[in-house]
Amino acid sequence: MFDSTPSLSEPPRMSRRDLLQWFTAASAALALGQWTASADTAESTAKGYGTDPDLSKIYKPGDFWPLTLDEAQRKTVASLADVILPADHLGPAASAVGVPAFLDEWISAPYPHQKADRPVILDGLRWIDEESRRRFGKEFHAVSDAERHQICSDIAHAPAAKPELKAAVRFFSRFRALCSAAYFATPEGWKAIGYVGNVPTVTFDGPPPEVLARLGVEQTVQ
Amino acid sequence: MSFGASGLAELGFARNHPHLFFVIPLSMPLIQSQQLQSDYDAVIVGSGAGGGQTAYTLTLAGMKCLILEAGRNYDPVTETAMFQREDQAPLLGAATPDKHFGFHDATVDGGWSVPGEPYTQASEKPEEQFAWWRARMLGGRTNHWGRISLRNGPYDFKPYSRDGLGFDWPIDYADVEPYYTKTELLVGVYGTNEGLENTPDSPPGVLLPPPKGRAAELLAQKHGRSLGVPILPIHRAVLTRALDADTIPAKLHPNNPRAQRLVAQSMRERAACFWATPCGRGCSIKANYQSTTVHLPPALASGNLDILPNAHVREVLVGKDGKAAGVLFIDKTTGAEMRVKGRVVVLAASSGETARILLNSKNAQFPQGVANSSGLVGRYIMDTVGANVSGQIPLLENLPPHNEDGAGGSHFYAPWWLYQQQKAGKLDFARGYHIEMGGSRKMPGSGSSVPEDLLGGAFGTPLKEAARRYYGSFVSFSCRGEMIPNEGSFAELDPEVKDQWGVPVMRWHWKWSDHELNMARHAQQTFSELIEAMGGTVRSRKQKDPRQIIEPGGKIIHEVGGALMGADPKKSVCNGWNQTWDVKNLFLCDASSFPSNADKNPTLTIMALAWRAADYILEQARKGDL
Repeated sequence: MFDSTPSLSEPPRMSRRDLLQWFTAASAALALGQWTASADTAESTAKGYGTDPDLSKIYKPGDFWPLTLDEAQRKTVASLADVILPADHLGPAASAVGVPAFLDEWISAPYPHQKADRPVILDGLRWIDEESRRRFGKEFHAVSDAERHQICSDIAHAPAAKPELKAAVRFFSRFRALCSAAYFATPEGWKAIGYVGNVPTVTFDGPPPEVLARLGVEQTVQ
Repeated sequence: MSFGASGLAELGFARNHPHLFFVIPLSMPLIQSQQLQSDYDAVIVGSGAGGGQTAYTLTLAGMKCLILEAGRNYDPVTETAMFQREDQAPLLGAATPDKHFGFHDATVDGGWSVPGEPYTQASEKPEEQFAWWRARMLGGRTNHWGRISLRNGPYDFKPYSRDGLGFDWPIDYADVEPYYTKTELLVGVYGTNEGLENTPDSPPGVLLPPPKGRAAELLAQKHGRSLGVPILPIHRAVLTRALDADTIPAKLHPNNPRAQRLVAQSMRERAACFWATPCGRGCSIKANYQSTTVHLPPALASGNLDILPNAHVREVLVGKDGKAAGVLFIDKTTGAEMRVKGRVVVLAASSGETARILLNSKNAQFPQGVANSSGLVGRYIMDTVGANVSGQIPLLENLPPHNEDGAGGSHFYAPWWLYQQQKAGKLDFARGYHIEMGGSRKMPGSGSSVPEDLLGGAFGTPLKEAARRYYGSFVSFSCRGEMIPNEGSFAELDPEVKDQWGVPVMRWHWKWSDHELNMARHAQQTFSELIEAMGGTVRSRKQKDPRQIIEPGGKIIHEVGGALMGADPKKSVCNGWNQTWDVKNLFLCDASSFPSNADKNPTLTIMALAWRAADYILEQARKGDL
């Protein structure tokens, strides 16, 4: 599930709708088409990874279901992802750590949430290229950084956006959320965000003294 | 009380057996249906906390046992995703209809839906439906559970006597206490003794050291104090240091040197936690409890246990003498119906599944189903009251990076703290809840993007800066509260629908009473106050209608009841030894026997009662009384 609020507790967040949907309908029975908004973004008939995938393996996009994007779309995705997550003092650009391939995997997946995102993303990619051609005579990946920023600035902040850009704003919001989740789940993203775990250690020492001091707390477990 | 293998041999229990394993096998050497013995001392249905514990106790005392597991074999040593990053899983490991807790979660072939094995709802109204979690795999739900291991207190066994609601247990805390201690010693539980009301201490030296508090946990603890909410080290079944294999086995099996040796060997195979990877994935180094790493290895090493996976039990078979004679099951690998004999039959298949087997076991002697002369099989099923509030805490923003993986789950919680206020009539609900909390710098995955409203339209470097700023600053508090059994929450056989094996399925009915709804509202209020006391902002939507606050029935996966124990055969299904009133060699060793569902998570009590029931089985077998 991809919630707007980070999931922090176990079990993971799950909306009432998901839960009821999952147990009342076997995955195969989920109404196809319920999630699609436009005909030309038709979903694939691919199956998911099933209830018993090999959990010990390491996977990459395309391992379980075919990907969707053609070369032109991939260029658009990479250039937009890099505007959102550029190379800077906090790490490499999104396209350098596999974010575009992840996005492709996501919108190609045969599950309800991803199917719901698919038309939003595909329609949005088409829109941003059309908008770029309209404004600058070239597709999004071919225009300058400043020109890309100009378009993005118009759709990055819902409260400030023009009403006629509502669909584009929704697209940008989903695209940004998906790309950031993917980025920060990589080792480079961990560094950017400050996650330093997933390593075996002999002891667990808790937060360091400077953290305790900032919070005004003491370690109560000795 | 335990008996040595030689003692039981004299009683005629031990026989030659072709599946002897005197060393702990690396992976479980399970059998196929053609290797079944013609009969067993005990046939146990289910391999989770209840079935695992029962098999452990019986086999180490010399009884020849068969476990029938409806799911496949599962080996946590080789199958667990220990250090895999979320970007190495499809969809960043997000939950999907195939894997309800996310890709890396230990559960395979399980969830709120299982392909080919439906269940139905009596009502179309969502609030009257029950979401039934099943795990079809060796070890069942113990592979992925939260490892929270709380003892029921003295009040929790006598709830009716205290407030006139629900039912008393026919046993009390003193009856179960020795088994809580033994279970804690065997599985390894960290925590502290705090001397709090109805929140029992363990004897000195039993609990393992608690892990240190994380930043958000310590901050919540500090501010909880000002609200009177005691936030303290939780109890979880994770080894914060290796178990003492030199002394514990003798405490568990005082007169049984062979059991001591096998248990010691199994304990030495369990490493202490190395403070990485979430427990929900399972644990290949066996640092946390799962039936597959703690109960089943020594039981198999005894040479007294066969485990047959993919065996879907349909009925308990009853002989002319009115006693259980064995079970009828479907071998899912062939589709064939098979029978196996047992001198004792133990059901530990989960509340709903145990009730289903009993109800499906209809014959001339038991037209309503085996052990159902009371008509109460399937009645009074309970879950836990769940409610959740999340918030964002500015003080936790931009903290210097530090590793908070810890013990792979909660370190702190708040036990129910308002016994006196409740007694004084100041609350509008009965019974209590404990608070579980989340909030740490955990491994980023599919939920790690910054919420839109905090971004202010940021993209580019400002977006990365925002992500760094807000990472680790979100907390959530969850209510885990007691549900009182009611007439409207039960499961029965669906008169029409069958699963893919032709076995009639369960049809669920669900109802919350005002006690649960008011509790959820109280929890929402308390958690909001906690977040605000921490200087934070509540982020979940505040709901006025408690039906929107409370989690759906079944969501917390603490399904208990359905075959309650009691003092009166007319008003209960089994006695205080988990022994059915109607069929004396039939035992229910999962949570189906629970007459109440205290806020204390049920697994530790399932294990303690299963151990106690197994000791009783051994004693009765010795007397020739089964």
